[in-house]
Amino acid sequence: MTEQDVRRRGGGKRRRRRGRGEQAMVPDAEFTSYYGRPVVKASPWQADIPAYLFLGGLAGGSSLLAAGADLAGLPRQRRSARLVASGAIAGSLYALIHDLGRPARFHHMLRVAKVTSPMSVGTWILSAYGPFNALATAGELIGLMPESVRRSRIGRTLGVAGRPGGMVAALIAPAVASYTAVLLTDTATPTWHAAKRELPFVFVGSAAAATGGMGLVAGPLGESGPARNLAVGGAVLELGASRIMQHSMGITAEPLHQGTAGNLHTAATTLTTAGAVGAVAGQRSRIASVLSGLALTAGSACTRFAIFHAGQASAHDPRYTVVPQRERREARGASTS
Amino acid sequence: MSSLGRSFFSPGSGGTGTGPFDPARDAGYTDPPPRKGFFTDTSVCIGCKACEVACKEWNAVPEDGIALTGMSYDNTGGLGGSTWRHVAFIEQELPAPGQGGGRPDTVDLGMPTATLPGADPEHREHADFRWLMESDVCKHCTHAACLDVCPTGALFRTEFGTVVVQDDICNGCGYCVPACPYGVIDRRDGPAGDPAVGLAQKCTLCYDRLSDGMEPACAKACPTQSIQFGDLDELRERAQGRLDMLVESGETTAQLYGHDPGNGVGGTGAFFLLLDEPEVYGLPPDPVVTTKDLPGMWRQAALAAAALLGGAAAAFIGAGGGRR
Repeated sequence: MTEQDVRRRGGGKRRRRRGRGEQAMVPDAEFTSYYGRPVVKASPWQADIPAYLFLGGLAGGSSLLAAGADLAGLPRQRRSARLVASGAIAGSLYALIHDLGRPARFHHMLRVAKVTSPMSVGTWILSAYGPFNALATAGELIGLMPESVRRSRIGRTLGVAGRPGGMVAALIAPAVASYTAVLLTDTATPTWHAAKRELPFVFVGSAAAATGGMGLVAGPLGESGPARNLAVGGAVLELGASRIMQHSMGITAEPLHQGTAGNLHTAATTLTTAGAVGAVAGQRSRIASVLSGLALTAGSACTRFAIFHAGQASAHDPRYTVVPQRERREARGASTS
Repeated sequence: MSSLGRSFFSPGSGGTGTGPFDPARDAGYTDPPPRKGFFTDTSVCIGCKACEVACKEWNAVPEDGIALTGMSYDNTGGLGGSTWRHVAFIEQELPAPGQGGGRPDTVDLGMPTATLPGADPEHREHADFRWLMESDVCKHCTHAACLDVCPTGALFRTEFGTVVVQDDICNGCGYCVPACPYGVIDRRDGPAGDPAVGLAQKCTLCYDRLSDGMEPACAKACPTQSIQFGDLDELRERAQGRLDMLVESGETTAQLYGHDPGNGVGGTGAFFLLLDEPEVYGLPPDPVVTTKDLPGMWRQAALAAAALLGGAAAAFIGAGGGRR
């Protein structure tokens, strides 16, 4: 479509035939735009940010799994979950810093604390979570060291600090997993902002599914009960919340079913569903558990990338900014602008 | 879940008791000068782009690519990290009276004459074509989403009620970019070697010139007074007068845009007189500061976090305290 085509009635050629007999949520709206150019700007973020969202969820969920395993007496599940949490949070921190236009100025995030800025709040959540998570991991690693190291003063201190460190990390962890939804919804990007009610639930469900999935992959079969429950519960929450979300979003749900985002969304739904079914059906098989766990983890990652790309696409098409705003304005019956 | 629309900025929330519409005082200035802004009267814009050039010259904004967009005479495209003023050109074919639409026959425009447009009785009939031109700029919102979401404090409110980025603080996180409901601010992406590459950039309303009692470069350069600078209160009065005059003379689609303190961003410091709907110019018809819904979003995130904590506990209880 050339820009001339979209010049006067930008929406005309974008009408999409819906598959599966879905009802159009709103009638196709005629709308005007400036040469089809976007009204709002898409975020300058690249793949780092959806990776960060995924890894943050995995880290938070894994801290919860580790703390639970610690309390329930599942040492090998605890160990693998703590290591997953550390790896994920280190990866997410790298992605976050790598994405900055001026990475060397990362520490400027610590100049202020602003409740109006989800990124500021998130930075402080991570700053609180990171050290306790590190303490839990150090406690885990010290257990793998030779006895001389474990018996040293620092070894004994870390060995004792592992459990309280892990508990505090687990209390902060739900915030690590859920605030990332606000990071996206607190923008003028149509598809993200319209998801403001349900996206946190999609994200924590996705986090639980990925965590449980990694628990099935990295933990032993004999200690996999809680991880399996977490995986299946998370998958159900993710899929259910996602459905409700799409119904409440109006036309801004469309980008989730088109192009790159559409493919990722389909992959996410398929992988998560298959993973959840496999986790239940194959609970006596090590191989089936690992495959299900991998599917759930990959599904969770696909969910984050799908939401990310759908938002970017919605910002590029003025239709998703103009049409809902026109409807809101006309519903109000006023012309204040 | 239902009260997500609750206003974050309900009237009177500005801590000093002066109401929410005095951003400088709300930001903590005890005795600020009157709020400054732009009134851009697009009805007299001739599309000369002097404002674009003056802005680049004064602020040392680098060129942003020399390419043809293939749309109208607008090769600037839109506001961005290296475009702080942007002149939009809209070619409109209006149906000639009685024809109801479709492409009108060509008209002999004749040789240019020295008379006023329309003064020649032979060419007095309604034109079937018009240009709309609009010099766009950062709106300097009363409730500025970019400023709200900035995690470093690089964006700040000046004593004139405007919003400015500090280059030496911005870390380029880019959060202000999708937060702006007008699509104004962006990360500068070139040229290599420019000190602001990777940093968020936008109109400062020439903060440096204002501090010295001068008007912004674009307003100074505008040859038709399409861009008017001054105290916002006075500009709003002037704009209303101009709107009344235009509507009276038959421009029934003329409207003010952004002036209303009751709109979604608490009124903008830069507002416009438009001759058609905002989206025709690439402006959002009903922008809302994104942080207006933030308390509801935090509440949802807290509920989700609680669900995750509870779910994790249930996963262990459901597994009979541990082993399968």
